[in-house]
Amino acid sequence: MSSLQMPKVDKVIMSKKDKIASDLREIINKKNVLSNSDELRPFETDGLTAYRQMPLLVVMPETVDEVSQILKYCNENKVKVVPRGAGTGLSGGSMPLEDCVLMAMGKFNKIIEVDYENRCVVTQPCVTNLAITHAVQDKGFYYAPDPSSQIACSIGGNVAENSGGVHSLKYGATTNNLLGIEVVLMDGTITKFGGKTMDAEGYDFLGLMTGSEGLLGVITEVTVKILKSPEVVKAALVGFPSIEDAGNCVAEIIAEGCIPAGMEIMDKALTKATNDYSKAGYPTDAEAMMIVEFDGTEHEVEAYIQKTKSIAEKNNSSSLKISKSNEERLKFWAGRKAAFPACGVLAPDYMCMDGSIPRGKLAEVLNEISRLSKKYNLPVANAFHAGDGNLHPLIMFDANDKESLRKCEEFGADILKYCVKVGGALTGEHGVGIEKRELMCEAFNDKDIQQQLTIKVALDPNSLLNPGKVYPILRKCAEEGRVHVHGGKTKFPDIPRF
Amino acid sequence: MSMEGKQSFQTSLDFNQNIFKPSSREEIVEIVKNCYKKNTPLEINGLKSKNKIGRNFQSEKTLDLSDYKGIIDYKPEELYIKVKAGTPLKEIIDELDKNNQQLAFEPNDFGYLFSGESNSGSIGGVVSCNFAGSRRFKVGSVRDHILGFQGINGKGETIKSGGTVVKNVTGYDLSKLVSGSFGTLTILTELSIKVLPKPETSKTLVVKNPHLKKAIDYLGKALSSSTDPSGGVFYPDYFGKDFILNDLTHDGGLTALRIEGPTNSVDQRLERLSKELSLLDQEISILDNEQSNIFWNRTKNLEVFRNLKSNLLRIVLPISETLQVIQKLKNYEIKYFIDWGGGLIWTSLDQLNLKILNEIREIIKKHQGYITLIKIEEDLKASADIFTIDPIKYKISEKIKRSFDPKRIFNPGKMYTGI
Repeated sequence: MSSLQMPKVDKVIMSKKDKIASDLREIINKKNVLSNSDELRPFETDGLTAYRQMPLLVVMPETVDEVSQILKYCNENKVKVVPRGAGTGLSGGSMPLEDCVLMAMGKFNKIIEVDYENRCVVTQPCVTNLAITHAVQDKGFYYAPDPSSQIACSIGGNVAENSGGVHSLKYGATTNNLLGIEVVLMDGTITKFGGKTMDAEGYDFLGLMTGSEGLLGVITEVTVKILKSPEVVKAALVGFPSIEDAGNCVAEIIAEGCIPAGMEIMDKALTKATNDYSKAGYPTDAEAMMIVEFDGTEHEVEAYIQKTKSIAEKNNSSSLKISKSNEERLKFWAGRKAAFPACGVLAPDYMCMDGSIPRGKLAEVLNEISRLSKKYNLPVANAFHAGDGNLHPLIMFDANDKESLRKCEEFGADILKYCVKVGGALTGEHGVGIEKRELMCEAFNDKDIQQQLTIKVALDPNSLLNPGKVYPILRKCAEEGRVHVHGGKTKFPDIPRF
Repeated sequence: MSMEGKQSFQTSLDFNQNIFKPSSREEIVEIVKNCYKKNTPLEINGLKSKNKIGRNFQSEKTLDLSDYKGIIDYKPEELYIKVKAGTPLKEIIDELDKNNQQLAFEPNDFGYLFSGESNSGSIGGVVSCNFAGSRRFKVGSVRDHILGFQGINGKGETIKSGGTVVKNVTGYDLSKLVSGSFGTLTILTELSIKVLPKPETSKTLVVKNPHLKKAIDYLGKALSSSTDPSGGVFYPDYFGKDFILNDLTHDGGLTALRIEGPTNSVDQRLERLSKELSLLDQEISILDNEQSNIFWNRTKNLEVFRNLKSNLLRIVLPISETLQVIQKLKNYEIKYFIDWGGGLIWTSLDQLNLKILNEIREIIKKHQGYITLIKIEEDLKASADIFTIDPIKYKISEKIKRSFDPKRIFNPGKMYTGI
């Protein structure tokens, strides 16, 4: 993997490692400051495993006051801090810096309050996304955003990255399901944005912090809204003779006023790969395959499914299956959810991109990807959250072959640039992190970036909190931007990725 | 370009004028650069439907954006519309209507309150104030529907954030930050807004019920049920007569719950909801599509407060606190109704002075809510805080303000002194 330029290492800080460690041991429990390389090793990377860097130290605070005191100390002593939740992020947002104190929030792992009257859950940030649903599901509630790594990713990390999921077309991403947060700023200020009310007054700091990738503050408490679980969930599995037909079908479903809970498209390559891998019963002869899911009351779901059926037929669908049971519905999804490991079987390495495009540009973008695939001579398989336009091309390559890696990087950057060109975005849900940092100038001009940096400086004048992330360092559009997987092994192979 | 357009183009660049009425972004940029250079504070207006909300402040010049209007791009199948910020909301809604789509956040029309007739304002004003209507608890607020914007910062630089796609986590989400900032951070020039299909059917279950406690109970149960309501209000006795409709002859207090979706599903859910709330047939009325729309439009328009002479407070609370707060507020001469299924109380007060205001503020604070003074007598307006803020958030707000508008020329003091 090509080396990545990070902010200049502060040699003075490096030389004071022991002093900083002993100072921090005065602030928090001694055993919660890690300084030996064996102890630091587990923190050297996050879900973007291609990049690794040992931090100077790791601290594991247990209370908000400890977080505040550590940040205040680091601010006064000009020590960089990198916050980390569960470390499952795919864009390197919590990758350490050589001269940083890595703040691991793992001890903030308790749900504080379940409040059914206000339909919300107040929790510490390192509780997993799925644990929130588990805490309320016996009363028939759930937390809507469902990033595919929900079994392991933390809710604080979800806030930092504004995580989405398969169901974000209907239910929104994290930002739309969040009521409040407690945050510690770099100078040690503890404050709360939002709470249990539906809106907060004044500037929307809750909205600003969500998706700010750990650059503006450390999240120490999260209040999310919970929803009543839908009564009925049904899915349809539809095959199409062309990508165009599938794309038109998606557009028409939306135009007809049906908002599915989830709507996914896979191209022929991925349909075949996932079907071989998981025996999901997919129509492997179809050029494109769609899974569309509706939830709600029985009549509502039935009405939408019937409408989808007639729209699909009008758009030349070659096959259509409707789930008759929950088991069958989950089987429809099983293949889709195995997209990553299925590609791991096909090639030694693959890179997962995360671009966002207007739904109507699907065919155009896939044609371009297919053209690029030929140009770079690398196979690619495509998964698409069709409902909300989030495209995940999986480029297959061999990382041991330097030329193959270089071609893959260029290929990936070309795809993201094309996404922006057709009116989309560089990243739909994985975040910018270090991964797509240098591509920011594809989406924003200098003034746009400068405005964002001014906000950063307003809250963190010394740029000590998670520096080197999100905003370009090189100020040129380098060719970086993907999840790299070697030998089918992601950092957490057991976590579904889709 | 029309004669009118030409004239405004000329006057807008005459810096001796007190009112600028630009029709192009280039003109706005030039005006702001000039004001930045000369430290000239600017009052920013759209269609002035909400410009009475906020503190009074000193401004030398006014920037009238009502000529900076028009739909730039509308893609029904992509579920977004891109417009210039001065575009009248009504024009947008009419355009969406042609494709059976809507702005799901149904923003309030403050025209009835301030001038006795509809004036739903410009889209820039709607976003700047971030006041969402009855669907708030289901679909989110105005800010949840802003996909991206282009604006001019206080130095006259054109900036943008977001885009036109729903899934976008590229950089800070500044669309959120500018929503509800009352024109103090940027001059919005373009907005990309998420639109949604209109529901096939919208019906409303009205429970003839004069009792607050019972109403809160109905609202709470309905919002926690799988019948998925999209509106929940309570109007006490004195407002009942405002809602006499063909299907609603009852003129007392009422609790209303809106159910939307495919027709057969709406009927099924209404029946279920009525059962879950243990309601008897004689206690309820069902409003069909048309009457349901009339009912919710009146609610969105705050029509019970049409031409209100006295003061109007907007109180946002955790739903669990609403009953207690209203019981405490009954010590004052209030008239109120509840929206957002219990999370929002619109309260008018005949008698208001600083002492009463502070007492009410204390009550709301104790119950973890906040209060915005929407309409307030002029003599009180000079001394009262219109918005509430704590010292820590004030400090942060000050820094954010400076990062957008370093010389404080945009609506200075409209939200808080010094910001």
